[in-house]
Amino acid sequence: MSRASRQFMLATIRRACTQRRGETGVRAAAARLGRHEAGPVPARGRLDREGQIALFTAEATRVEATVKRVASLKDVPGAVAAYLAGQNIEARLKMAPDPWLRNIPWSKSSVISVTEGVGERNDAVGVTTAAVMVAETGTLVLASGPESPTSLALVPPVHVAVVPVGRMVGSYEEAWARLRERAPAGGPFMPRAVNWITGPSRTADIEQTLLLGAHGPQRQLIILVDEEKA
Amino acid sequence: MEPTSARFKNNAREALDTPTLQAALTKLADGFPGRRRDAIARMPEFERLRDAARAIKEHTLDHLDVYLETFEARVNANGGEVHWCADADEARRTILDICRRAGARTVTKSKSMISEEIAINDYLERHGIRPVETDLGEYIIQLRREPPSHIIAPAIHLSAAQVADTFRASHTRRPKDRPLDEPTALLDEARAELREDFLTADVGITGANMLVAETGSNVLVTNEGNADLTHTLPRVHIVVASIEKIVPTLEDASIVLRVLARSATGQDVTVYTSFCTGPRRTGDPDGPREYHVVLLDNGRSKLLNTEFHDMLRCIRCSACLNHCPVYRAVGGHAYGWVYSGPMGAVLIPALIGLEEAAHLPNASTLCGRCESVCPMRIPLPRMLRAWRERQHREKKISWSARFGLTAWSFVAARPRFYRPLTALAIRALGNMARNRGRFRRLPLLGGWTRVRDFPAPEGETFMTLWRDAAERRGQS
Repeated sequence: MSRASRQFMLATIRRACTQRRGETGVRAAAARLGRHEAGPVPARGRLDREGQIALFTAEATRVEATVKRVASLKDVPGAVAAYLAGQNIEARLKMAPDPWLRNIPWSKSSVISVTEGVGERNDAVGVTTAAVMVAETGTLVLASGPESPTSLALVPPVHVAVVPVGRMVGSYEEAWARLRERAPAGGPFMPRAVNWITGPSRTADIEQTLLLGAHGPQRQLIILVDEEKA
Repeated sequence: MEPTSARFKNNAREALDTPTLQAALTKLADGFPGRRRDAIARMPEFERLRDAARAIKEHTLDHLDVYLETFEARVNANGGEVHWCADADEARRTILDICRRAGARTVTKSKSMISEEIAINDYLERHGIRPVETDLGEYIIQLRREPPSHIIAPAIHLSAAQVADTFRASHTRRPKDRPLDEPTALLDEARAELREDFLTADVGITGANMLVAETGSNVLVTNEGNADLTHTLPRVHIVVASIEKIVPTLEDASIVLRVLARSATGQDVTVYTSFCTGPRRTGDPDGPREYHVVLLDNGRSKLLNTEFHDMLRCIRCSACLNHCPVYRAVGGHAYGWVYSGPMGAVLIPALIGLEEAAHLPNASTLCGRCESVCPMRIPLPRMLRAWRERQHREKKISWSARFGLTAWSFVAARPRFYRPLTALAIRALGNMARNRGRFRRLPLLGGWTRVRDFPAPEGETFMTLWRDAAERRGQS
């Protein structure tokens, strides 16, 4: 069934394509795939580190995320506790099993309970890091993997992302370059899921009224950490 | 769904007489276009991005065979499977087959126009599988058993009160007297209803805003996060996508994404933009065990290299709907199938046949706003005219209209006839109107004068006035 359709579809497509592109077309396409040519990159993405952090903060705030900047991982528990207390949310965290996040000294703030795992039904707050942050639109780029469950940033009603400022880039194109760099040699570089997340979940499907917290988190806290090693 | 495009005129008349719909359309016209304008004002490179996005799609369509084969090879390497489906029926059977092998009872779905096109929900239901739409708007219209009336805001035609009535009728286990006046109450109820389905569904079906050849990924954009829950939580992920969704690289996808949300909702980027690449990897704590791509043709490959070739660049942003005076007057349901607005008026005849959709290419003033806002610069008015020409050529319009058009084009192409004939007609009409300046009734123009007056000409043609003015200029 599928094989006959495959042949039929490809034959129809190839006939039309050949008429349009002439003989050299196939090689042109193959070459293009390897080049990763960037199109026009908006000027707002081309800034120095501090400019990127300022733009990221402004853009993420514009779409209702809360952005805090702290000096080191030692300051993270206090910032998370203060945010959750301010929103009247129970400080019960489910954290990604990420080695860098494990350096956060949660025990110093007694109000917080922390467990690790995937995002589940009764979780209150999901804590993740991000592989990259993109200043252009205030976007977190999460890459799935053994240390990074996709569900943690989606299922709990609050998402907290703790990310070192060294992972800030200006544009989407730079974000792809970062992901290509961190891939193991030889294998495919894309993880199962790459999630760009820009603000908390929302909908405007009822009379175009904007409401936060449709199916994903209703609230998002992003903590930028200046010092990468705790 | 069975198309009702053939009844466009009746559909449109009903739409004009439906006050809730008219209120919703006014709101739409006040919302999307302004937000698009603001987003573009914040992006000085927008016109260059449009050109780049268009060039990417043009290149891709000229090399579609190469990129589709590359995509398939990458999906296979990632541990997924591509199913080539020539038509809607084959796609439906393929999806049902995957669901059955997975022992599926409940399927969560994230909004997909292709899945509307192949009417997969009815099909799955008939075969004992429960499909649950998870996009809020799509969930509402699924409960009401209606087709979407807008490609990105499927329930745009409904008021909050209508949604509340729908929820009361459908969610019968909840207290009857619960307050549902506020949109937040409606959202909370829908979120609670759908949560259980997200967590227990066996299969998740999504569409694809793009397919990336380089990596074998599908791209999904949403604001609710429903697509991500749909592809992450169930054991099987099925992507339903049509062949023209492909782009070569992630960099190309990024360019298209920069114009997509700005043209659609006026956001810089949607809240969630996801790139799914195959099933879960060794050591991954979540994600599906199986990854399938149902690659649908359904008449698209036949459009390549025809006068409708450019339509295949469409990224379904809805800017053409939001700016169309006809769409804004009658809404999406009048078009009688899953697509609507200018893109629908071009695409529907190509997919269900010109006979079935004969009115649609004519439901346009050819004002050109659609083309001017299209991020892919698709010449929609030119293609609407191409359908009209085909109707004329294939004698698919009434005898009197054909005769009228033939006579008109004969005269209009010959200034020697045109000038004296129009001068005569205008003088005659001017005299007939005397001082009233308008006609309440005119022979052969009943269609016009039934609903409005016909303005009377003022006695001279433009050409005569121009000549007189030129003579005066020459004298002075």
